[in-house]
Amino acid sequence: MSSLSTKHLLGIKDLSAEDIQLIFSTADNFKEVLNRQIKKVPSLRDITIANLFFENSTRTRLSFELAEKRLSADIVNFSASSSSVSKGETLIDTVNNILAMKVDIVVMRHPHAGAANFLARHVNARIVNAGDGAHEHPTQALLDAYSIREKEGSLKGKKVVIVGDILHSRVALSNIFCLQKMGAEVMVCGPTTLMPKYISSLGVKVSHNLREALNWCDVANMLRIQMERQDIRYFPSLREYIQLFGLNMDMLNSLKKPVTIMHPGPINRGVEITSEVADSVQSIILNQVENGVAIRMAVLYLLASRVD
Amino acid sequence: MQKRLLLDLTHFEITIKRLCCQLIENHDDFSNSVIIGLQPRGVFLAHRIHKNLQELTGIKNIALGELDVTFYRDDFRRREINAPSETRIDFSIADKKVILIDDVLFTGRTIRSGMDAMLDIGRPAKVELMVLVNRRYSRHLPIEPDYVGIQVDTIRSEKVIVEWKETDGKDAVWLLTE
Repeated sequence: MSSLSTKHLLGIKDLSAEDIQLIFSTADNFKEVLNRQIKKVPSLRDITIANLFFENSTRTRLSFELAEKRLSADIVNFSASSSSVSKGETLIDTVNNILAMKVDIVVMRHPHAGAANFLARHVNARIVNAGDGAHEHPTQALLDAYSIREKEGSLKGKKVVIVGDILHSRVALSNIFCLQKMGAEVMVCGPTTLMPKYISSLGVKVSHNLREALNWCDVANMLRIQMERQDIRYFPSLREYIQLFGLNMDMLNSLKKPVTIMHPGPINRGVEITSEVADSVQSIILNQVENGVAIRMAVLYLLASRVD
Repeated sequence: MQKRLLLDLTHFEITIKRLCCQLIENHDDFSNSVIIGLQPRGVFLAHRIHKNLQELTGIKNIALGELDVTFYRDDFRRREINAPSETRIDFSIADKKVILIDDVLFTGRTIRSGMDAMLDIGRPAKVELMVLVNRRYSRHLPIEPDYVGIQVDTIRSEKVIVEWKETDGKDAVWLLTE
C-alpha cells in the first residue's frame, strides 16, 4: 500500500494502523533527506499550502512551515490576530477566499474542537488538523509515537504513561488513539480534577500517583500545565501540583528501571518537569522536535499525492 | 500475452562480465569512481556489477551506493505513487566519476529524476549511465546510455521484464507482448 485511506488528516481516530505505518516509513525516508547537505526535495513543486493559525503556536507552525519548504511547496501564512477574522468574517468565508487563490492544502489550528472536521465537509481542499481545541492534534501524536518507535525499536507492547492535564489536552487524546492503534499500552496520570470523567472507556489505565505510574511504564509523556485554560481552579496551588505530579531527578533516579522522558512543549521548567530532567540523557524532547519535521513532510507528501 | 526470452542465464552472465570489462577499461583502479544503483530494480544490477568488478580486479573498496528517486519523479499525482525506498550513499560524490546504474532505460524520465536526486547530494566530476536493457526509439528526453547490456526495439504496449536471482529465483530478461 502506498497511499493513505483518508483524504484529510483530521484526527488519529480516522487513521488505520496501516496508514500510521505508511506515514512512519515515509518519514524514515524524509529523515534521511533532512540529514543531507541539501535538505530539500522537489516533490510538492506545484502545490500551494495555506497555514491558518487561529490560535498561537510556535513549534507546530515552524515545523509545518519547514516541512512545506523542504518539500518545495508554495506557502501562505495567516494568523487570526492580524486578519479579517477580527472584523467578523466567518470561518468558511475566510477559507473560501483563500482557496479562491488556488490553494490545495490547508493546515489549520483552531481553538474550537471539530473546526477541521467542519472545514473538510464544506471546502474543496485537503485539510490537515494542526490542533482543534481540546479534541485532536494528530501530527503531534504521530511524531510522539514515531520518536518512541525510534528510541525503543517498536511500539508493540510498550507501556506509555501520559502525565498532567488530560482534561484540556488534545495531545493526550491523539496520543491515546495512536499508541493503542500501534499496540502500545497507555496509562493516564494526573489530579482527579484534570481527568475527563469517562477516560477509562477509551481502554486506558488511570492513576493518580506519579511514582506508581512511572514504575509501571517504559515511556513517560509529561504534558504541560495549560495555564491559559485554568478557567476555574483545578488544583489548589501550583506548588501542590509540583509536589504531587512534578518530575524531578530524585524521583527519576529512584525508579526500578530507566524511563524515557517526553514532552510536547512548550516546557514550564520546574513545573511538570525540572530542568535537570528535561536535559537528562533519558529525555528525547529534542528528538521529538526533529522528528516533527519528517513526520509532517510525510503527511503532506502522502495527502498531496491525492490532490486532484 | 506472448512472452519471449531476450537473455537467458548464460548470456546474462556473459553480458554482466562484458559490462564490467568495459568499466575497467575506462576507470582504471576505481579510486576516483563510485557506483550508484537506482532504487528499486537498478540496485540489483549495481550489486552484481560491484561483486563481479571486485572478483575481476581484486580491488575491495569500490564505493557502492543506492539512490531512491521517488521524491524527484515528474509523475507525482499523475498516477499511483510508489512507496519510496531507502537512499544509502555513505560517501562523498563530489568530484568523483559516478556510474549511474538502472535495469531498463525506456522514456528516460527515471534517469532524469535520478540525476536531479544525485546532484542534490553533491557535484560529481562526470556521470555515466549503465543499463542492462536499452529500449530504443522510446525516449521522451534526450538521454542515452554509455554502457548497454542489450538493445531492444519495442513498441509502447510491450513490456520488458528483468528477473533477478535475488528476488525472482533466476536471472533472465523477457519481452512481453499483448
